[in-house]
Amino acid sequence: MSSWNLPIKAIGESPLVGEGTTFDSVTDTVCRVTENKAPRGWWVAFLLAASFTGVLLTAVAYLFWHGIGVWGNNAPVYWAWDITNFVWWIGIGHAGTLISAVLFLFRQKWRTAINRFAEAMTIFAVICALIFPGIHVGRIWYAYYMLPLPNEMSIWPNFKSPLIWDVFAVSTYFTVSLLFWYVGLVPDFATLRDRAKNKTRRLVYGSLALGWRGSNRHWQNYERAYLILAALSTPLVLSVHSVVSFDFATSLMPGWHTTIFPPYFVAGAVFSGFAMVMTLMLITRAIYGMRSLVMMKHLELMSKIILTTGSLVGYAYAMEFFIAWYGGNDYERFLFVNNRMTGPMAWAYWIMISCNVLSPQVFWFKKFRTSIPVMFVVSILVNIGMWFERFVIIVTSLFRDFLPSSWGYFRPTLIDIFTYAGTLGLFFTAFLLFIRWVPMIAIAEVKGVMPEADPHFGHDDGGHEGSPEHMAAHVAAEVEASS
Amino acid sequence: MSDTHDAQKSEAKKDDAAPALLLAEFETPGDCMHAAEKLRDAGYTQFDTHTPFPVHGMDQAMGLPDSKLGLIVFPIGITGTTLAFLMMHWMNNIDYPIIIGGKPASVASIPSMIPIMFELTVLLSAFATVLGMFGLNRLPRHHHPVFNSERFANFSNDKFFVSVEATDPKFNVEKTKMLLEGLHPTSLEVVADDNEGGDFDGHAEGSHA
Repeated sequence: MSSWNLPIKAIGESPLVGEGTTFDSVTDTVCRVTENKAPRGWWVAFLLAASFTGVLLTAVAYLFWHGIGVWGNNAPVYWAWDITNFVWWIGIGHAGTLISAVLFLFRQKWRTAINRFAEAMTIFAVICALIFPGIHVGRIWYAYYMLPLPNEMSIWPNFKSPLIWDVFAVSTYFTVSLLFWYVGLVPDFATLRDRAKNKTRRLVYGSLALGWRGSNRHWQNYERAYLILAALSTPLVLSVHSVVSFDFATSLMPGWHTTIFPPYFVAGAVFSGFAMVMTLMLITRAIYGMRSLVMMKHLELMSKIILTTGSLVGYAYAMEFFIAWYGGNDYERFLFVNNRMTGPMAWAYWIMISCNVLSPQVFWFKKFRTSIPVMFVVSILVNIGMWFERFVIIVTSLFRDFLPSSWGYFRPTLIDIFTYAGTLGLFFTAFLLFIRWVPMIAIAEVKGVMPEADPHFGHDDGGHEGSPEHMAAHVAAEVEASS
Repeated sequence: MSDTHDAQKSEAKKDDAAPALLLAEFETPGDCMHAAEKLRDAGYTQFDTHTPFPVHGMDQAMGLPDSKLGLIVFPIGITGTTLAFLMMHWMNNIDYPIIIGGKPASVASIPSMIPIMFELTVLLSAFATVLGMFGLNRLPRHHHPVFNSERFANFSNDKFFVSVEATDPKFNVEKTKMLLEGLHPTSLEVVADDNEGGDFDGHAEGSHA
């Protein structure tokens, strides 16, 4: 069939780790981050992120006390930053599953260097996303109405509403991502347990490793589980952002009511997710000396994915315009020409176009695709652009609706800004704790794609294992077996 | 960790208790796989390999049948689909019919149920996959005799182990030892089961120099 179980050499690829990397150096490079003292920069970043988490808690408490009026949402813009932030965070969360599931099914072995990292990011991003629909209900004590639970009115959720599909899609996505992440972590927790120098570490990592002993009878079921989870997560990741887009697409608002939304949202989600992985990876890789495991080759491949998905998103923007013109609906055309490209919200539209469509085009050139400063700047621009994409979709469709007498404008309040900045703080707090205490690169998976992992390594190519004793041992073993 | 120290340790353990397993260490996945093939061909069934990552071809080398996990996941996944349908059908069509958007409160509005039926299929299947995998592997497990070997901590780093359980019908300390020695492992030891549930002070402490 395909090449997923063939050694990397047999499918004509170059090694995915730097020269001189051994199994032992992989273990050591990844594990020592959790074993050594945190660098000072980590503490600075952690305290900063933690204080922003405090800002989030304060902003949310203020919101609960006073109600949704503390946000800028008001007639005619009833959906604004809260939903923008929700969709933005969910989108960022898509890269993890894409890398761990979709690239796994496509046999992209380079995914091993970044999948753990991206999956962790997914989980934290989805947590940040889940905050918004939760607090957006205004009266938080009624949040349970979102779930099919018996209540005093003996009424059930309306399952014909995409908003309720969203509840199921996002919570399933979070749960499955967490399970997938944990399954991947078990062998690496075993590595940390076996390296533990003190009782606490041995106890904590030992419990998390569940008694893993690398048994091949276990690996067999483990690999099958990984394959099944990948096969489940691939349609899941496509469904989640499709369902998020249904929140808009099933409405009758110009600019929302379009059939292109599901694939367009999924492409945008992957785009922003990869950009966030790249931003974080460039920093972490430099600080923790992971250059032999996350090589320029990986970064270049990520740049190519950003270019591809960025161009897909650009195509979707163009197609929306084409259909607005071709469809002949006056409201639709008015929205795109007078409310998006021109008009008082045009600044947001043009930020979106320049960040999302124009900036990734530099990756057509190998020189920029392999330049760390360029990658860093573009990845930040893409994250900004993708936030504006959601802002443009949501706010420009609402601020001038069908009745000109109710036209308005949207301005965020300080609480809007604090809440958003606070979720960034929560995300980075969780992320920094992750890189401090959890192996940030999938040790077992990286080892599995090294040339040495091939059971036939060094036997057919006269490589460095062909020492006389080694050969003698083999000959002796063969003789014994045949006798 | 010197070999003599190891040997003394395992000698001492051998005196205390009956051997639980024989543990051979190899440097490369190829040698480990070769050993598994030899044990399989010699008729052993209660043996295992312990490797830092899944070694491709090891299942055949050990003569293992295919994983049963799919048989667990599929029925549970279908259960998820069915449960989701029954839940929505009962809640929106029977218990409190909701007619909205011109869609009937009957099975005819099944298109709007598809997303949640899909999500619950995936959710239940994912739980079945993970719990089923750990169940088939009999994990979590508090203690296993193989952890009594000090060298064994290297399995999760860069060494490849073969263990033959004493419960194997063909197991014989001397004969099995001879067979394993013929495969030229970098170390070979008899591991006893101390039934202590993990010896925290001695083991793993100095095993990573």
